[in-house]
Amino acid sequence: MALLDLCRLDEKINLKPVDTLASFQNDVLGYSQNFINSAQLAVPPFANPVETLAKFNSKDETGRDIKIEFDHGTTTLGFRYKGGVLLAVDSRATGGQFIGSQSMKKIVEINDYLLGTLAGGAADCVYWDRVLAKQCRLYELRNRERISVAAASKLMANMVYNYKGMGLSMGMMLAGFDKRGAQLYYVDSEGTRTPGKVFSVGSGSVYAFGVLDSGYKWDLTDLEAQELGRRAIYHATHRDAYSGGIIRVYHISDKGWVNISNEDCSDLHYKYQAEKGITEE
Amino acid sequence: MSILAYNGGAVVAMRGQDCVAIATDKRFGIQAQTVSTNFPKVYRMGPTLFVGLPGLATDTQTVHQRLKFRMNLYELKENRVMRPKTFSAMLSNMLYEKRFGPYFIEPVIAGLDPYDNQPYVCNMDLIGCPNEPEDFVVSGTCSEQLYGMCEALWEPNLKPDELFETISQALVNAADRDAISGWGAVVYIIEKDKITEKHVKTRMD
Repeated sequence: MALLDLCRLDEKINLKPVDTLASFQNDVLGYSQNFINSAQLAVPPFANPVETLAKFNSKDETGRDIKIEFDHGTTTLGFRYKGGVLLAVDSRATGGQFIGSQSMKKIVEINDYLLGTLAGGAADCVYWDRVLAKQCRLYELRNRERISVAAASKLMANMVYNYKGMGLSMGMMLAGFDKRGAQLYYVDSEGTRTPGKVFSVGSGSVYAFGVLDSGYKWDLTDLEAQELGRRAIYHATHRDAYSGGIIRVYHISDKGWVNISNEDCSDLHYKYQAEKGITEE
Repeated sequence: MSILAYNGGAVVAMRGQDCVAIATDKRFGIQAQTVSTNFPKVYRMGPTLFVGLPGLATDTQTVHQRLKFRMNLYELKENRVMRPKTFSAMLSNMLYEKRFGPYFIEPVIAGLDPYDNQPYVCNMDLIGCPNEPEDFVVSGTCSEQLYGMCEALWEPNLKPDELFETISQALVNAADRDAISGWGAVVYIIEKDKITEKHVKTRMD
């Protein structure tokens, strides 16, 4: 301190902690932003997070790819038909080629009339779906009616759009039943939000689409729709290394969602083989 | 992504009492896409000698063909069958010849010595560094999982039927934790004058 006084450094630079920065109040606020507003995430102290984070998310300082790859492999599908909306998903979670789980729930039950599917970063999807569930509940309490699927999907799209380019990775479908009938939306972390009849998302989506497109028509019966969704996911799990586990099928009608079935891929495989009359392999 | 994990696949071999076993999965894929479910990576090279070549599928086939060629030459010249140990040395040499541009396979060798019936297992890295342990060897894209399973299940002096159960459980359960291995399995149990080939049902996802 003596040297500091002698050099009169304290006149040139302010070495005392800034009161507003160091105050206890501010600490509490600063470290609990996320509790107050769940759509607020801590951003690293870079000048331009979008630019800098994008750089850090792809390559490290030696030019190698950074290993943040969790649950990129998935197959999910959803389609609208005469009887409502049908969702079907697999349940495998992979980190690289390692299978971390065979029993993940990739359909999130947001409320009795709204379902969300996850594909992409597992944590991203689970977190933002939960935030969305909260927002939807608040909407319900404030307005004394359920939120429309269009509004819910827009909430989601707007929330993730704030973090565009910062490495969020998610491709989700929102399905539900509201005043306008059965609804299906696709929302992703790039900011895309689009309503549609038939969607499939994830690494196995190409295989699922193959089955889905060849069997889809508007006038499907409930049972036909369930079997089409199930088969599409089954064929995707068979061909795609990063999809598998349990096939979950959900149906949404004016009475809300129902979990139709949760079947093991392996059981389905040997069932379908038996139907074809093949016993070996 | 490693070129060794481009096609996926796994091989494991175990020693038992007067017998050895070698097992392989049947998947052939291109990264995430499963192209075939009938591509075993284990070949019979002699009366009681097998080699497994998991890794890059094109090299699996090339190395198998070159091995067969070299082995035929040996057997014509020497007029006797090759010992597993000799086979290992030959393969090791063949791989090291390509030290600076290797074949992307990590072989597993399993066999009974045709002269004293000693069980023998061996594995190598892609440039031919041999490893000849007393218990088991593993190779392929789920080698970590296979090591875990083998350490837990293997015990000394297993009889042929016990060995079959052990090696099948080890391979099937390891492959179930690997996205790019599985889709069926083949197990060979090698005894003095009996080879048993068994196809194991597995998960197909």
